[in-house]
Amino acid sequence: MKHFPLSSRLSALFLVAVALAAIFAPWVAPFSYETQDTANTLASPNPANWLGTDRLGRDLFSRMIYGARVSLFIGVATTVLAILIGTVYGAVSGYAGKRTDNLMMRIVDVVFALPDLLMIILITVLMGRGVTGIFIALTMVSWVTVARLVRGEVLRIKELTFVEAARALGASHARIFVREIFPNLVGILIITLSFRIPVAILAESTLSFIGLGISPPFSSWGTLANDGWTAVKFYPHLILFPSLAIFFTILAFNFLGEGLRDALDPRT
Amino acid sequence: MLLYFCKRILYGIPVLITVATLTFGIMHLVPGGPFDTEKKLPPEIIANIEAKYHLNEPLVTQYFLYMKQILQGDLGPSYKYIGRDVSAIIAETFPVSLTLGLCAVVVILGLGIPGGIVAAYWRDTAIDRSCVFLATLGISVPSFVLGTVLVWGLSHKLHWLPPALWEGPRHVIMPAIALGAGFAGYIARLTRTTILDVLAADYIRTARAKGLSEPTVLLKHALKNSIYPVVSVMGPLVAGLVTGSFVIEFIFSIPGMGSFFITAVTNRDYPLIMGVTLVYAVLIVLANIVVDMMYAWLDPRVSLGK
Repeated sequence: MKHFPLSSRLSALFLVAVALAAIFAPWVAPFSYETQDTANTLASPNPANWLGTDRLGRDLFSRMIYGARVSLFIGVATTVLAILIGTVYGAVSGYAGKRTDNLMMRIVDVVFALPDLLMIILITVLMGRGVTGIFIALTMVSWVTVARLVRGEVLRIKELTFVEAARALGASHARIFVREIFPNLVGILIITLSFRIPVAILAESTLSFIGLGISPPFSSWGTLANDGWTAVKFYPHLILFPSLAIFFTILAFNFLGEGLRDALDPRT
Repeated sequence: MLLYFCKRILYGIPVLITVATLTFGIMHLVPGGPFDTEKKLPPEIIANIEAKYHLNEPLVTQYFLYMKQILQGDLGPSYKYIGRDVSAIIAETFPVSLTLGLCAVVVILGLGIPGGIVAAYWRDTAIDRSCVFLATLGISVPSFVLGTVLVWGLSHKLHWLPPALWEGPRHVIMPAIALGAGFAGYIARLTRTTILDVLAADYIRTARAKGLSEPTVLLKHALKNSIYPVVSVMGPLVAGLVTGSFVIEFIFSIPGMGSFFITAVTNRDYPLIMGVTLVYAVLIVLANIVVDMMYAWLDPRVSLGK
């Protein structure tokens, strides 16, 4: 980690701050996310309501902190699960090789044939639009990218001499995978994690923005942006702040990913 | 070349059948039907409706009926837009989405490639850094954020461009920019990297030593050899434009296939959902074939049919 650029350090700091605010939302947020103040609707940003209030008089800043819970949870949890599934699948496919590999990759190709967002929409039609539905749909779509990546890496690593040496010494397949191959995958998996989380956050917020994503009582940043969209002409703050939150979070994950890639990937 | 083309088309068919089967399966597993209304309908009417749309037949029969219809180019009647066929709706909305997509491609190539060339040529200068910064910004900003900012700034505040609808060339500008900006940033960074590689090559030094002008060296010699990676990402780009158009058409109230798809999903209009999904699948399969052909045509080292 000798060369970790400033943009990546600042991004990491920003993401930690957002994550802490989301986790400790009830203590951080000045108001509850559902408290309505009907005397104070559609207020512009002011000292009491830092980012203004919506049409029901709910404090936007507090709603965004609670929204961070949904947005970050979906982004991080689906990516972690997708990486677990993708790693196991890709590793088995790459390690087995030959016909097993061929067959397993055909299945991946089918999932790849349609664009992600289209697939997610179709799956949420089946699963429902709650947090669970979006969660399952996002995971089902994103594991294939990881599987392809891991398979490629395993194909490369399994031909290297130290793996051959372990095999010559009579190590079992499980031992070769866990002790010889897996440690060489950790770096690339961490980088993938950092680059896939913003993709998941973007997908969820886009869905919620067009009204096909998270539905009440939960609200993510995308849902908040969708709420604000109808009033963009007169109350731009309602859409501006949630959009900025999404934008900065995605930007921060990308900067962090670039820093991690330069520091961890032996190929660069 | 022709043989390869036919072969690729044949390979595309199983993909399309899988997509058709999957969407059919998903649509029929869903709880709740398109005719569930607030008011309870009399059972005779429900029976009539189901008979009309063959919903009373066994699922297997419905499946084969559907497949047969598709082969005849008939995507069935829409459940929600009474009296209209899905094919007719698609025929009407597809040109709109296609126009939007092509305008976005103009934005992508028009901004991306020149941006990449300029950044690479003046590498490590302020020009390079600002180009790379803008490209990173373009990649990171979600299209709906850019779209809403454009609507708010250029329409509501400055009144330069119309905020919505589809009534002439002035209505295309903002949607095309919002749809294309992200990919333009990506293409710019890609072009910059490949041009940097090419500019270090021996034949560029030879070209300069012969006394060719800088524009000739850059545009004729360098660009020609650095365009392949750009062509190879055009396939995924078509897929990205398809899903991007859902959001953009929603924001700008454009009567294209994407906004009809979203409405169809909310209305549970199964034939329309399946029809639009199939059209997208065909589009993407075709785009990938075209990209492969272009690749082979541009780069003589790639051979087809093997």
